Amino acid sequence: MSTVIAILVLGVIAALFGALLGFASVQFKVQGDPLAEQLDALLPQTQCGQCGYPGCKPYAQAVANGEAINKCAPGGEDTIKKIADLMGVEVQPLDENHEADNSPKVAFIIEEDCIGCTKCIQACPVDAIIGTTKQMHTIITDECTGCDLCVAPCPVDCIEMIPVATTTQNWQWDLNSIPVVQIN
Amino acid sequence: MESVIERIERGSFWQFHGGIHPPEQKFLTCTKPIASAQIPEQLIIPIRQHIGQAGNLVVKVGDKVLKGQILSACDSPMSVPIHAPTSGTITAIQSMAIPHPSGLSEACIILTPDGEDTWKQRHICPDFHLLSKIQIIEKIANAGISGMGGAGFPTQVKVSTLAKIDYLIINAAECEPYITADDLLLQEHSPTILDGIKIIDHLLSPKNILIGIEENKTEATDALKKATADIDHIKICVIPTKYPSGGEKQLIKILTGQEVPSGVLPSSLGMVMQNVATCFAIADAVINDTPLIKRVVTISGQALEKPQNVWALIGTPVGFLTRQCGYNNSKNRHLIMGGPMMGFSLPHDQIPVIKTTNCILAPSEIEIASPFSSTSSKEVECIRCGQCADVCPAQLLPQELQWSAKAKDQAQLAKLNLFDCIECGACAYVCPSQIPLVHYYRVAKAEIRQQKLLDIKAEKAKVRFEARKQRLEREKVARAEKHKKAAEARKARMNTDTSAAKSEKSAVADALARVKAKKAQASIKQNTAENDSEDATTTTTTTSAAESSNTSTVDITVESVAAVDDGKSQVANAIARAKAKKLAQKNQAQIDSLDTLQNNESPSSLTSSQAAPVVIDRKAKVAVAVAKAKEKKRQASAANSPSSQVDIIDTATKALKPNAVNLDSVSDDKATQAIDKKAKVAAAMVKAKAQAKMKASLGTETSFNNLEKSTTNLESNIDLGATSECDVPAQVKNVEAAKTKKTQGEPQTVSNIDTKNLDRKTKIAAAIAKAKAKKLAASSDKSPTSE
Amino acid sequence: MAFWIASSPHNHQKNETSSLMRLVVYATIPGIFAQWYFFGWGNLIHISLAVAAAIIAEFTVLALRNKKITPQLFDGSAILTAVLLGISLPALAPWWISVIGSLFAIALVKQLYGGLGHNPFNPAMAAYVMLLISFPLQMTQWQPPLSLLAMDIQLSDTLAVIFSGYTPQGYSVEQIRTHIDGFTMATPLDTVKTNMTLGLTVVESMQAPTIGKHFGVGWEWINAGFLLGGLFLLGKEAIPWSTPVSFLLSLFICSFIAFMISPDSNASTMFHWFTGATMLGAFFIITDPVSGATSVKGRLVFGALAGLLVFLIRKFGGYPDAVAFAVLLCNMAAPLIDQYTRPRTYGHDLEVKK
Repeated sequence: MSTVIAILVLGVIAALFGALLGFASVQFKVQGDPLAEQLDALLPQTQCGQCGYPGCKPYAQAVANGEAINKCAPGGEDTIKKIADLMGVEVQPLDENHEADNSPKVAFIIEEDCIGCTKCIQACPVDAIIGTTKQMHTIITDECTGCDLCVAPCPVDCIEMIPVATTTQNWQWDLNSIPVVQIN
Repeated sequence: MESVIERIERGSFWQFHGGIHPPEQKFLTCTKPIASAQIPEQLIIPIRQHIGQAGNLVVKVGDKVLKGQILSACDSPMSVPIHAPTSGTITAIQSMAIPHPSGLSEACIILTPDGEDTWKQRHICPDFHLLSKIQIIEKIANAGISGMGGAGFPTQVKVSTLAKIDYLIINAAECEPYITADDLLLQEHSPTILDGIKIIDHLLSPKNILIGIEENKTEATDALKKATADIDHIKICVIPTKYPSGGEKQLIKILTGQEVPSGVLPSSLGMVMQNVATCFAIADAVINDTPLIKRVVTISGQALEKPQNVWALIGTPVGFLTRQCGYNNSKNRHLIMGGPMMGFSLPHDQIPVIKTTNCILAPSEIEIASPFSSTSSKEVECIRCGQCADVCPAQLLPQELQWSAKAKDQAQLAKLNLFDCIECGACAYVCPSQIPLVHYYRVAKAEIRQQKLLDIKAEKAKVRFEARKQRLEREKVARAEKHKKAAEARKARMNTDTSAAKSEKSAVADALARVKAKKAQASIKQNTAENDSEDATTTTTTTSAAESSNTSTVDITVESVAAVDDGKSQVANAIARAKAKKLAQKNQAQIDSLDTLQNNESPSSLTSSQAAPVVIDRKAKVAVAVAKAKEKKRQASAANSPSSQVDIIDTATKALKPNAVNLDSVSDDKATQAIDKKAKVAAAMVKAKAQAKMKASLGTETSFNNLEKSTTNLESNIDLGATSECDVPAQVKNVEAAKTKKTQGEPQTVSNIDTKNLDRKTKIAAAIAKAKAKKLAASSDKSPTSE
Repeated sequence: MAFWIASSPHNHQKNETSSLMRLVVYATIPGIFAQWYFFGWGNLIHISLAVAAAIIAEFTVLALRNKKITPQLFDGSAILTAVLLGISLPALAPWWISVIGSLFAIALVKQLYGGLGHNPFNPAMAAYVMLLISFPLQMTQWQPPLSLLAMDIQLSDTLAVIFSGYTPQGYSVEQIRTHIDGFTMATPLDTVKTNMTLGLTVVESMQAPTIGKHFGVGWEWINAGFLLGGLFLLGKEAIPWSTPVSFLLSLFICSFIAFMISPDSNASTMFHWFTGATMLGAFFIITDPVSGATSVKGRLVFGALAGLLVFLIRKFGGYPDAVAFAVLLCNMAAPLIDQYTRPRTYGHDLEVKK
């Protein structure tokens, strides 16, 4: 008899807690960002494709599915660190295949050389190049992410990547970079 | 409300948190009258001297300007004009180092004074009450006045605020050590300053005017008191000397007990603050019609023989002023613009004085042995002593900010209210570990600002990327739709039993046959050699099926390349000639002959003698482009070229070379040369083709490879036409025909069809050359040892 | 020559961390003098041993960490730690106590956490607690004041006891500690605690010879010495006023309340102030900026908590003195205290003005 009671009591308790858990899982369901979204927010959105994926979001999804975290060249060390923090994994050095130089750059079309082939327009992931067939193209500097993708398709090599110039607006208080005049 | 005034009348004030008492050192200059500086040999006037946008220049190099003449016009409320500080000539407008902590350069106007100091026409207005408020504000705006206390906020914005103003606060605290510019100005020009205050009073009609002045300026206080004795609602508030009581937020706290909420302008609390120097400038501008072209600058420091205040013209190089005060350059080496607490080091002494410059400090090394210079950092670890937090006037936690700044923890920095830091330097002043705290905050602030910009940019890039993806998707769908419709239409047409339909059917059948042939050819290729190069395919094809397939490919290419067929013959024709032209570009006569040639050769083209330059331009462009493409290709092949070559090909190439040289050197008769060239090209093509066929018939893999290699070499050496010919053997007959005709020496009789053929070929050639170049580059990357 | 570039502010108050540390070391002199006067050479020997060990440890660790050695070695912090440890050790403890304690304090408590400015615990007190727990026998063999000793011990005797355990005459520490009447003498706090367990009242305990006329022979003067040094530091603004004041007040209030409730079982407020390590703790230990709270409010809370803990541990704990434990516990609480006592930044969270 006591065994039966014990089983009953335990059974009832189990059912109760089960119901409670079930209720909680429905009621308090966390509508948090899926991992890929969070990762996407960390990426620099240059859409450069250097990671081997067609854009930042696909790479974010791939990382969420276990791809290596060290393939984002424009993001560099900082981005890797942030992703590592989010994913709870070890920080890795940037993939060797990628250039370590991630200083900000913008593309520049040497306009007298441009033949108007539209190849760079097709390559630009953010539609930051204006131009049409047989017309000179130019880059909307504000929209350019410096992804480098337009450089390779150009048949006449008229696109250069120019480092963003330091101005008084974006100066980072690097006192050591100030040219000091030598006297005597 | 009333209690504030009562308290002030009682002489008791509120206190802000923290603050320090650095050695004042004002005695160096505070008793000497303001000297007037001479006009330097050259004035450097930065176009932007305030917060906001630079104005548009209205003068150009070489212009003669009069004293007070406007140099840049302001078109937006946040821009401030600049004026010529003296009469003279504008000798340059160029990028020069400006007074900024970064030492970076910005656009400056270089004015060489003529020494006569001739004024422009001025309209003196003794009674400003005659002017409307709008007129006064306009006068202030046109005089180029921006806050002269340090920040450089455009004054017309401040004095035209629509908010109801309870307190107009005149900042005469001047808490920073050494600086006595405002002190002296008050001592000598109290009436003018009072005029300025009255003008602002007139504009804003505040309930009370409070003049905040530190108790260490007794003479200035007396002068002020005398000037304002008969004005009731002006209160002179003599506040305790403590750094940084001259900070806007701190002075408001001291005088009214209120705190300006973070991120809000004081005008939202019904307060406006003006610096005394700004008041002086306003009075000068409204009454005397004198724009802001000079200001009082304290030249101080123990490295000077006679430190003093001077009236310096805007744009005067700092070195000129310090020399006047007996500064010996070779002995000392630290110049600070601004005070010792918030000023910045200058990289050299040719930096100009601007509207916000109130002090030039030339300290001796005993006075300020900077521990923060890059060479002698004495910084040690923070021991959390908390002295910085005790003196922080913004009640921040400097040491925690410092840790977060070092760790680049931007979220934590925001939580600790980094952006409420006024960079007064009190924390770094007291720090026993000599940590340059303010520097860390500045770097962190700059980084955070940068990060915000990057975030915005990333977000924009993301949106644009998504938009582009959607656009491409839409276009794909639209294209598919169009093709479907076209296919349906064709089907419908074919079902109708007309001759057109029949021909179309046969065309389709032909195309199918071609595709089949191509497949067969591909399999042959795979059987004979593992090499997948398309060049090889084109050069080794012997079967008619292959030939036909080639023709079809070429046709398609021609169609695609010549999509824009307006004036295509002209362009194509021009390529070869333009190339020649490029070789002898110096000679204008040659260009003329080229024009003639072109007219002769393609009478059907729209070229006229008037349009010639344009055409030439275009030609030149195309030529350059082609040349570049070739260069690319050449590099690729050079990287790839083996040392051993088939002898025959070698000799052929050699034979071609002198021709090319000849081609270059002979530039007298363009027409002949062009035709010569074409002929040579054709000859080379025939040779190449013959060799290719011979090699192909051998059928061995090695020879096959050699051939490919040699073809590449040939391509890199011979002209474009040759390349096209090598690639397009189907058209060799046409070329041969053309060659025959041209060698006969009858350029004028070349038929339109031939010209067209040539065009086409050249175009194809260009396209293929590019494609090849790319492919070669790719293959050379992949297999550097293809031999 | 060139112009030099520096970040503002360009002038600087001419004080340095090392001079601050030196000042604190100087301020211990009155207390140490009193210790020497009443208890002989023991603590001076331990101080020198500890300082030597601390410098060696600091040097080794700095070298291992590839840090700049000279500036950090002589910034005074290691010396100060060693001095404080030497002061708080029993005068006749064996030599290796101070050496081990010093090494532990510098190498483990300070440098392992990242060196100066990064240690969460007060190194001297952490070392003291470690020694107390690991070597309870040696660490509780307190030497009675010289005036109560049955024998005279000179510098040579002390040296011999510290290094060999016996005086040249062959007396052990235990024998030295024995009163003429044949019982072992302890510190005043110890005495009170022991007597309490024996069922004696505080008033009765106060009759013990170690306590003497006031609050303990010698101990009251040592505390007075440290109080003097502390006041000197306060005058020099080398330490903040908030921590010692709130600590002493808190201890005073706690002991006062307890004394009011039950005078028989609780010592007087002044007894708490002037025995044990109260004054040393108040002015030299809990004012250690590195492991303490930073804001004024935080320091007040920190000091008050330390005072409360000292009283509680003295009253209810197993050990007679409590400053070391109280300080360590407060060190743990310091980040939390800091977190909750952040000052309101100018222009933030303003009350709504009507």
